[in-house]
Amino acid sequence: MIAYIADTDATAGSGRAAYTLGPLAAGPTCCEPRPQISVENLTLAYDGRAALKEVSLDIFRGCVTALIGPSGCGKTSFLSSLNRLSDLIPGCEVEGRILFDGQNIHDQLTNVRALRRRVGMIFQRPNPFPLSIRRNLEMPLKEHGVQRRADLDAAVWRSLVDVGLWEEVRDRLDAPALALSGGQQQRLCIARAIALQPDVLLMDEPCSALDPVSSTIVEDLIASLRGGYTIVIATHNLAQARRVANYAGFFWVKDRAGVLIEFDHCQRIFDSPRHELTAAYVSGRRG
Amino acid sequence: MTLSNRSSSSRSRRDTRLVAAVATAALGSSAIFVLIVGFLLKESWPALSTIGPARFLFDPAWRPTEGLFGLAPMLSASLAASVGAVILATPLGVASAIFCRHYAPPPIGWIHRWSMALLSGVPSVVIGLWGLTAIVPLIGRFEPPGASLLAGILILTVMITPTIALMSGAALDSLPDAYGRGAVALGLSREATLAHVLLPAARGGVAAGILLAAARALGETMAIVMVSGNVVQAPLSLFDPVRMLTANIALEMAYATGSHRASLFVSGLMLTALVIALAAAAWRLSGDHCHG
Repeated sequence: MIAYIADTDATAGSGRAAYTLGPLAAGPTCCEPRPQISVENLTLAYDGRAALKEVSLDIFRGCVTALIGPSGCGKTSFLSSLNRLSDLIPGCEVEGRILFDGQNIHDQLTNVRALRRRVGMIFQRPNPFPLSIRRNLEMPLKEHGVQRRADLDAAVWRSLVDVGLWEEVRDRLDAPALALSGGQQQRLCIARAIALQPDVLLMDEPCSALDPVSSTIVEDLIASLRGGYTIVIATHNLAQARRVANYAGFFWVKDRAGVLIEFDHCQRIFDSPRHELTAAYVSGRRG
Repeated sequence: MTLSNRSSSSRSRRDTRLVAAVATAALGSSAIFVLIVGFLLKESWPALSTIGPARFLFDPAWRPTEGLFGLAPMLSASLAASVGAVILATPLGVASAIFCRHYAPPPIGWIHRWSMALLSGVPSVVIGLWGLTAIVPLIGRFEPPGASLLAGILILTVMITPTIALMSGAALDSLPDAYGRGAVALGLSREATLAHVLLPAARGGVAAGILLAAARALGETMAIVMVSGNVVQAPLSLFDPVRMLTANIALEMAYATGSHRASLFVSGLMLTALVIALAAAAWRLSGDHCHG
């Protein structure tokens, strides 16, 4: 299934939402038409209060999937359930299934650290550690068992080149990462995530704390990572979603809980949305 | 209009009075410090000018009535006891801060934190009593007499561990959540997150805690008088009875006169200088946690 529209009455009740199939052929060429992550009936509650209700969607390998919607509609909660960062929040309960390459990530057998290595995360505010640029990249690698100096150097170089930071920092790899500009810090955080060779990158409003120029650079970087990584990006910025995403999911708040209203090819969400709420939101009439 | 004018002018008058009160209090407390240092200088000046600073360090013994003013054995005892206590208390204090934030179940962590805070407030004479009746006889069983540098180190360790634990804990608490979440999102274990991210990020505050603890250890008097034996000699072994600079002042001030009295003020001045240097270093480090 690719396209999904919430039957608003059905989601309000207990029944499972209705699905419709969209045309596979319309998928972008970089995407493999099989899901890397399948989310089935995900409900997430904080201290018994639902923040996200019965969300089901597929995230396709190598594609950029944008999550759009107003603040508080559960985009961040959704992202942090995909790498089980939600485990850190006391009182957070997750129901439903999340299949990563077919394996339920809530299985007893799942190695959470290995999962998080394969599903990297970029936060809204750049969060380099207060270490040198080099240590920021090397330390997680060492913790995941990369010990040889040559391998570490190669990984540092490769990831910095990939995020376009190499030329800017090659002479000061041992300088504090916090001395970099905000945009450079965010690219360093992306480099730190991709140095671990993940399959998926989760990005939570990665540009919203940056100035417009840095934001454009990071956005171009995200576009250049398409195909190599499966990217899920939560964003307020509709123009940005439209520019970088292959797929888009529109979240909305219903009864104080986030629900998925519509999920489809990005172009279709923006140009011919099927749900009236989506249409109102993407045209700026609501939200 | 009139009403609002009046109320805002009375507010600004209240503000002015508050500022004046706060400024007076602040100036008053810093003036007390300046006065104390000035007083120490004034009282030690006769000794510094007639005996000279070098003899306090290099005279072979402390016999002030016979004209020998060597403070070196007591200075070395003070330093040895403080360094020893810092070496023991640092791992204990840092481990305790980590334990109650990252490993202990919340109620236990809470109890632990409170007991640390309470321990830091126990009067030193009480800790000295405990040292005198528990630690000294215990050491005496292996190496008589028991009252020794080691007893002093152990007592000081008990007294400064809470300082290090509380300061390290505050430094860990002040770190942004983003470090911990970022580390976990990279798949780092709890140990790696602590060792490679959180502790390095908090190291300014931890170091400040260690220096303040060292300053407290250097300045401690009562408990040390009770357990360390008070023999003026340079410590050659952990089991030697020793006398710290602070203890020397407390023990001899009552009957000292003339240059003997003035040279006790010199040792006070020495201690104050050491403690100021440590506090200044702590202050610099604690304002400096963002760089690495």
